[in-house]
Amino acid sequence: MTFPHRHLLGIEQLRPEEITTILDLAEEYVALNRGDKKHSDVLSGLTQINMFFENSTRTQASFELAGKRLGADVMNMAMQASSVKKGETLIDTALTLNAMHPDLLVVRHPHSGAVDLLAQKVNCAVLNAGDGRHEHPTQALLDGLTIRRAKGRLHRLSIAICGDIAHSRVARSNIMLLGKMENRIRLIGPPTLMPSGIEEFGVEVFDNMDEGLKDVDVVMMLRLQKERMDGGFIPSEREYYHRYGLDAEKLSHAKPDAIVMHPGPMNRGVEIDSDIADDINRSVIQEQVEMGVAVRMAAMDLLARNLKGTA
Amino acid sequence: MTHPNRTLFTNARLIDPEAATETLGSLLIENGMIVADYDDAATADDSATVIDCAGKYLAPGIVDIGVKVCEPGERHKESFRTAGQAAAAGGVTTMVTRPDTDPTIDNPETLEFVIRRAREAAPVHVHPMAALTKAREGREMTEIGFLQDAGAVAFTDCDSVIVDTKVFSRALTYARSLGALVIAHPQEPILSKGAAVTSGKFASLRGLPAVTAMAERMGLDRDIALVEMTGARYHADQITTARALPALERAKANGLDITAGTSIHHLTLNALDVADYRTFFKIKPPLRGEEDRLAIAEAVASGLIDIISSMHTPQDEESKRLPFEEAASGAVALETFLPAAMRLIHADIIDLPTLWRAMSFNPASRLGLPSGRLNVGAPADLVLFDPNAPFVMDRTTLKSKSRNTPFDGQRMQGKVIATYVSGNKVYGT
Repeated sequence: MTFPHRHLLGIEQLRPEEITTILDLAEEYVALNRGDKKHSDVLSGLTQINMFFENSTRTQASFELAGKRLGADVMNMAMQASSVKKGETLIDTALTLNAMHPDLLVVRHPHSGAVDLLAQKVNCAVLNAGDGRHEHPTQALLDGLTIRRAKGRLHRLSIAICGDIAHSRVARSNIMLLGKMENRIRLIGPPTLMPSGIEEFGVEVFDNMDEGLKDVDVVMMLRLQKERMDGGFIPSEREYYHRYGLDAEKLSHAKPDAIVMHPGPMNRGVEIDSDIADDINRSVIQEQVEMGVAVRMAAMDLLARNLKGTA
Repeated sequence: MTHPNRTLFTNARLIDPEAATETLGSLLIENGMIVADYDDAATADDSATVIDCAGKYLAPGIVDIGVKVCEPGERHKESFRTAGQAAAAGGVTTMVTRPDTDPTIDNPETLEFVIRRAREAAPVHVHPMAALTKAREGREMTEIGFLQDAGAVAFTDCDSVIVDTKVFSRALTYARSLGALVIAHPQEPILSKGAAVTSGKFASLRGLPAVTAMAERMGLDRDIALVEMTGARYHADQITTARALPALERAKANGLDITAGTSIHHLTLNALDVADYRTFFKIKPPLRGEEDRLAIAEAVASGLIDIISSMHTPQDEESKRLPFEEAASGAVALETFLPAAMRLIHADIIDLPTLWRAMSFNPASRLGLPSGRLNVGAPADLVLFDPNAPFVMDRTTLKSKSRNTPFDGQRMQGKVIATYVSGNKVYGT
């Protein structure tokens, strides 16, 4: 099992077999997490710093729990409240961090490419927990694991990603991961929320849910940010829900056993109907959260093995 | 007995952009002027200092419109001394400087300060431009008449587009009455607000805020209409997209007093060079796709685009070592201008006399300067260079105070051997 990367910055840098390596290891951690003794010592003695320049509850909690279950010393730094406001640059922050000798650094930043920049300047392994509209690799990995467990495979599936593609790092990482694993990808959303040049991504693009969802195996919904709802990108919340909100009628165009996913937190009644979100036969949204912890344990474990290898 | 102010260049390939010729011959200069050329010079008496050019190329020095020297305000990024040395090393004998300093060069007093500083510190000619509106805010026009009297050769708000068309049309009308040249940045300001790259697949992959290439054509279309309305003398600082070219061609065919420029970076780099968020490739307007780059290069070769500028924009490390969206725009280019331009020669897109028309003769003519020529009576502003000499660009060797060049580590061809300003050697051994 080889994972020849110093950092996990994006799905773009990963090869299909490396994705499989992470998912296979994550399966072992799913078992561990469901057992009585939810603890391992593979990160024992290592320091993990979670640095979030942007608000996050779920992702940060997931990384924190993952690190603690693996025995690392975990510290959270809420960067939006600290020195960033005092004008400290990202490079200064990196230098400060180096002096603390962390082994694993988990970073979320509102600007695309900021995590790459930080990774160039620090001495530890960096995990991207979301940078701007660029990538959110652990989210795509946990989505991949959820799909693989629900469908028994992660290839030759027809998968629809619906909603605000343009502003979504989750969509970008998933398009890359699902493409690398040789799935058929359909993007559905209003044209104002589609990124430019999208037709060159090797995907099919739809602006109509009924057509887009036809016979798909997986429906992946994206969160619509509140600030995009009022007239700027779409006319209104209610028109969006009418045309793109996932309800039973729209879902009926997908395969009868199609699963429904959402990276959370959900806007019930905007992009997804509550009945669908809570339907235990269709929705795997809770499972996604569970897989998130396991995938992050696997990713940190693999990066830590490389740290030891080079030490 | 050799005449102290008399120099004879022999065995030189003379590039004459005005005559569009490249000839092996000699050139005689005296007291800072060209006094004899081609075969006449060969018969000159032996009182001159003789420089054997060994078959290398001798051309009028580059006239670079749009150089940012960070005085006043940001001397830690670039001063007249360092910019002047960089210019000399790059074969640029005339810098036409931008007013987007801090504070803006928008009044005669600041302009006089700049002229004085340039005279004290820069080894090359410096002609400053002044802002068209106060503080480049697009609200009130500057004292165009006083500024012109004080030495401003053109008026520009640089990359700050005047959004209010009423303000812009009045400024153009007023400038016309003085015969002043207005230089604008053709860009639809609202579409391009906050953009870091050109929209398309690459921008979407990187998740960066982007602007459609169409925003340039929209900006140019508006400006052309205003020029038609006001009759002003107008120069578009940078045309970088294929879609803007038909509008430019029509405007010229209609007899409007319009010229257009482009930057050396848009001629030699494309949007993909940004790669993994390399902020040294962040410029304004952003780098375009390869089709646009080629179309613009062709437009320079055909003469539709008149002028190539370096758009020299020094930025210190602190301004560039930031996430791409937050990083400052611009690249230094005075020293890399000539070797980068040689890429167009080696790719057979353009010939040397035509290239020199865009880098020297046209910008000088547009500003009414006597340089950019090789004929008798022209100032002896010259660059001696070898278009084939290979080297690997190392940014630490740059003379600019800021070293934000996108060409760092790249293989280049074309070296300046010596630069002469008014007959004096300002660079070379």
